Amino acid sequence: MVENRPFAQFMAYLTLAIGILVVAFPVYLAVMASTFDTATIINGNMPLVPGDQAAENYNRTLLYGGMHARQPVGGMMFNSMIMALGIAIGKILISILSAYAVVYFKFPFRKTAFWVIFITLMLPVEVRIYPTYKIVADLGLLDTYTGLVMPLIASATGTLLFRQFFMTIPDELLEASKIDGAGAFRFFKDTLLPLSMTTIAALFVIQFIYGWNQYLWPLLITTKSSMQTIVIGIKMMITTTDALTEWNVAMTTAVLAMLPPVLVVILMQRLFVKGLVETEK
Amino acid sequence: MEKRAHISGWTLPLLLILPQMAITVIFFYWPASQAIWQSFLREDAFGLASEFVGFENYASLFEQPEYYRAMVTTAIFSSLVAFFSLACALLLASQADKNLRGGQAFKTLLVWPYAVAPAIAGVLWLFMFHPTLGTLSKPIKAVGIDWNPMLNANHAMTLLVLSATWKQISYNFLFFLAGLQAIPKSVIEAAAIDGAGPLRRFWTVIFPLLSPTTFFLLVVNIVYVFFDTFGIIDAVTGGGPAGQTTTLVYKVYADGRLGGDLGGSAAQSVILMIIVIALTAIQFRYVERKVQY
Repeated sequence: MVENRPFAQFMAYLTLAIGILVVAFPVYLAVMASTFDTATIINGNMPLVPGDQAAENYNRTLLYGGMHARQPVGGMMFNSMIMALGIAIGKILISILSAYAVVYFKFPFRKTAFWVIFITLMLPVEVRIYPTYKIVADLGLLDTYTGLVMPLIASATGTLLFRQFFMTIPDELLEASKIDGAGAFRFFKDTLLPLSMTTIAALFVIQFIYGWNQYLWPLLITTKSSMQTIVIGIKMMITTTDALTEWNVAMTTAVLAMLPPVLVVILMQRLFVKGLVETEK
Repeated sequence: MEKRAHISGWTLPLLLILPQMAITVIFFYWPASQAIWQSFLREDAFGLASEFVGFENYASLFEQPEYYRAMVTTAIFSSLVAFFSLACALLLASQADKNLRGGQAFKTLLVWPYAVAPAIAGVLWLFMFHPTLGTLSKPIKAVGIDWNPMLNANHAMTLLVLSATWKQISYNFLFFLAGLQAIPKSVIEAAAIDGAGPLRRFWTVIFPLLSPTTFFLLVVNIVYVFFDTFGIIDAVTGGGPAGQTTTLVYKVYADGRLGGDLGGSAAQSVILMIIVIALTAIQFRYVERKVQY
C-alpha cells in the first residue's frame, strides 16, 4: 500500500471475506445436506447446521450407492482414481521422453515432430468426440481403463512444459556428463530427472485434477455401470423425477467427488500454482 | 532456441518420441481427419452405407434455426461468464494484493474451487437454487419471482452463468494476482506522488498495465465456456428447457448421440475446430504485441 488508509484496508478485508463466503456457500450446503435424511431435504426446510445422519449417509453411499446408482460410490471413486492417476502418470511419461528427444538430440524431422505434437494444443477432445469414440470402439477399448486414459493424454501441454524447462538447463551439464563418460540414459537418469522433479510434481497435480474431473469422455465410453466414474455417477442420481431423487445420497456423492482434487489443491498449493501458470504459457 | 550441445544418434530419439507420436496420431489426427471426412458424408438410417454429399451437411446446418439459436446462446453464455468471472476475480485480486495480514490464507480460500469438476459445480448450484427444495430459491420466491430454472429459459441460463462463473473465478484470481504483483511498486508510488487517488491509480495505471493478463484470460475464458462447461450444462439443464440452453458444443453431443446425425454432428465439430484455431491464433498473435504498455 502506498498510503496508510485504515478504511481502505477494512474494505479490502470485507470484500475478501464476502468473496470467500460466496465461494464457500454452495459447498457448505452440500456438506450440510450430506448429514440429513431425504425427507428433511425434500420439504425445503433444511437447517443450516449439521444433522445426525452423516455416518448413515456416507456408509450407504460408499458401500451401496443409493436407489439410482447401479454401483457403490466407493467403486466409482476407485475408477476415478485409476483414470486420474493413469492420465497424470501416462502424460508425464510420454511427454518427458519426447521432450528429451526434441531438446537433446538432432534427428531427421525433429522440427516436424515437434509441430505435429504442438498442434494438438489447439483442439480439446470435445470437438472430435464421435470419431474418437469410434476408433476406441474399433480397438475394443470401450469400458476399459486404457480407453478412458489414452485419448486424453494425446496432448502437447506436458511436452511443451518439459521442453521449456530443459531449455533453461545449462548446456555445461550435458558437456560435463559427456566428459565423465555418461551416455544418453545416464545423463537422463542422473542429471535431468533429479532436476525435473518439481516440474514433474507440478504437472502431476494439474493432470490429476484434469483427469479426476473428466465428464464427457467417460460418459460416452462407459456402458457398464462397474466402469463409471464418480463425476458421471452423480448425474445418474439426480436425473430421475424430482420426488424420487435421494438428495442426501447425491450430495454425499458430490462431497466425496470434490474431496480428492480439492485436497490436492490445498495441500500442494505451491506446486498447483506453478503447474497452472506454466502449462498455460 | 537451440541447445549448443547434443547427444549423437538417431534411433534412440526416434524411440523416445515414438509413444507420444503413436498416441497423438491414433487418438488425435486420425479422429480429427475422420471428423472432417465425415462432415462431407451422409449415412443412411442404419449406418450401413454412406455417400459423399459435399457441403450439404454444412448447408443444412445453416438452414436450421436451432443452429443459429445455439450460436446466440453460446455467445450470450460466454460473454456473461467471461465478464462476471473476470470482474469478480479482478476485484478480489486487487484487494488481496494490498499486503494484508493472512494474504496466503485468503489465496488458499479463494483458489480451491478450481479443483471442483464442472458437473459437480452444476449440481451444487442446482441444489442451492432448486425450485422446490433449494435454500436460496425461497427468498427469490418471497419477493414474488416465480423461480423455476427447469421451465423458464432465462432462469436456467442465470443458473448456468452463476455456476460457470463460480467455477472460473479462482483461475482468473490466480492470474490477476500474479499480474498485479508483477507491476513495479515504483510506478504506483509515482502516481500517488502526482496526487492520484486509489481509484484513479487503478484505472489509469494498474488496469492498463494489467491488459496483457486480461486479454490472455479473456481468450482462455471463452475457450473454457465453449468446452469445459459441457458438464455444467448436462448436469443442470441438459440443454433445456426446450433446447434454450443448448450451446454449440452441447449440440455436437446431442445431435450425434441422441439424434444419430453423425454427418451433421461432424460438420459442427469442424466449425468448432475452426473457431478454436482462430481464437488460439488471435491469442498467439496479439497477446504479446498489441496489448502493450
